[in-house]
Amino acid sequence: MKRAASINRISDRINIGLTGLATVLIFAILVVILGTLVAGGHKVITWEFLTQPPREGMTKGGIFPAIFGMVFSVMIMLIAVLPVGVSAAIYLHEYAKPGHWLTKLVRGAVNNLAGVPSIVFGLFGLGFFINFLGRGLDASLGKETLFGQPCILWAALTLALLNLPMIIVATEEALRAVPQTERAGALALGATKWQTIWHVVLPQALPGILTGTVLVISRGAGEVAPIMFTGAAYFLPTLPKVPTDQFMTLGYHIFVMSTQSPDIEATVPIAMGATLVLLSLTIALNMVAVVIRTRTRKALRRGR
Amino acid sequence: MPDQITERIAMAGFNLYYHATKALEDISLSIPERQVTAIIGPSGCGKSTLLRSINRMNDLIDGVRVDGQLLLDGEDIYDRGIDVVELRRKVGMVFQRPNPFPKSIYENVAFGVRMGGNQGLTSKLDEVVERSLKEAAIWDEIKDRLSRSAMELSGGQQQRVCIARALAVEPEVILMDEPASALDPLATAKIEELIFRLKEKYTIVIVTHNMQQAARVSDQTAFLMLGKLIEYDKTSKMFTSPSNKLTEEYITGRFG
Repeated sequence: MKRAASINRISDRINIGLTGLATVLIFAILVVILGTLVAGGHKVITWEFLTQPPREGMTKGGIFPAIFGMVFSVMIMLIAVLPVGVSAAIYLHEYAKPGHWLTKLVRGAVNNLAGVPSIVFGLFGLGFFINFLGRGLDASLGKETLFGQPCILWAALTLALLNLPMIIVATEEALRAVPQTERAGALALGATKWQTIWHVVLPQALPGILTGTVLVISRGAGEVAPIMFTGAAYFLPTLPKVPTDQFMTLGYHIFVMSTQSPDIEATVPIAMGATLVLLSLTIALNMVAVVIRTRTRKALRRGR
Repeated sequence: MPDQITERIAMAGFNLYYHATKALEDISLSIPERQVTAIIGPSGCGKSTLLRSINRMNDLIDGVRVDGQLLLDGEDIYDRGIDVVELRRKVGMVFQRPNPFPKSIYENVAFGVRMGGNQGLTSKLDEVVERSLKEAAIWDEIKDRLSRSAMELSGGQQQRVCIARALAVEPEVILMDEPASALDPLATAKIEELIFRLKEKYTIVIVTHNMQQAARVSDQTAFLMLGKLIEYDKTSKMFTSPSNKLTEEYITGRFG
């Protein structure tokens, strides 16, 4: 008896130790990454860095066009992904019969889509959007080359595809959290199905959808693989004006600076500064998501 | 008086299937206007299912199928031409657990009216809200905080707001699914008083597992067991001299 107890106690200690170690390790990795970036990049981050274009082969100047292009592409991505993703989730959760084979098939497809590597989305975007859709559009419009080339539109749509499963899953999760009794209450009062969804279900699901949206923004801002064939440019002398222009974006800019710079020594601090900006943005967005989640959770408990 | 009673709801040979199981079997009963009809029976006997058949809330459950007749004012509510939304405006419902929306008290009561798009009611929404809350005997308690969230109220108050919400759309029949089972004795007494007053204007069908409650509030009682209607009679008779042995055993608490 005594021996078994002491063995239990020892294995308990070991388990606490191992899981604790893993936690510390994760935190340490984050600290090392951030520490390296802050140490190497903090000096370059000035107001000019954030508002000026790069100069002299990216060995001097700022990253403004990359920030601008990132915001531009993420906005178009949102315009594309939100209506489609939210509608699909509403259909799947509120209308489709849960046990039906088609529902299961679609849900399985969504989950599989979420597991596809982002480079595959990039190649798909190149093949489908640019070569097929874009060139087809150009041919039918009789244009020289307008849509049949990499540009913000196709890059944003590729990002939208990449993020579609995430929005669908987040929205479905949010819809699932709305109690069934609320739906029944509304329907019993003679509300139609759509009125019930619009006036009762969606307002309560909104925080969850917003959280998903913020996470999708942060992912869309950071992904490089889907956009490198579909619209991102190495360097552009002017800012993009229309969605059919190419664009510079932060993630790709970092990639380019760290792999193709003519003067690595001069570029490294700038690349680190740019990475710091991107990472801060991502972390900030994730924090916004957490804040939205906790605040609305509390508000819902109070009943707003 | 008894001769003037008109029949509001009539079920004849009504069956309800859940997938392959028969949840309600050959139910025939007649529910009179402006009276309280209680449905009692052991857990899982189908009393809630029976109640939910009257406003077709069972439609929401996958695998439910019905046959036989269920007439509301002589019209079969399971006919193809029936608008379920319209039916539910006529047949209101109060649920077992108070389920107010996370909106203000005012918006809770106004909800059904707004959704219905009835111009007459929408144009005097303030009046409708006040009238409904008064009818639900909660106006005096909350009239100064109509814009506050209904979620802040106590369970008993929430349930009365839910009743007001149902009354606002001017239904004719009100279904209550164990409306007091989640409430304390005081709140329960208030709901029962309310039911007593509401029957002057509305036809009420109430499901309850509380025998005393059925005896107190209802005019007739239906006793259900395993999906079958065992006995249906005046409450006064059911609780004093039931004609079926099972009813007697259930009422005296020998099972259930």
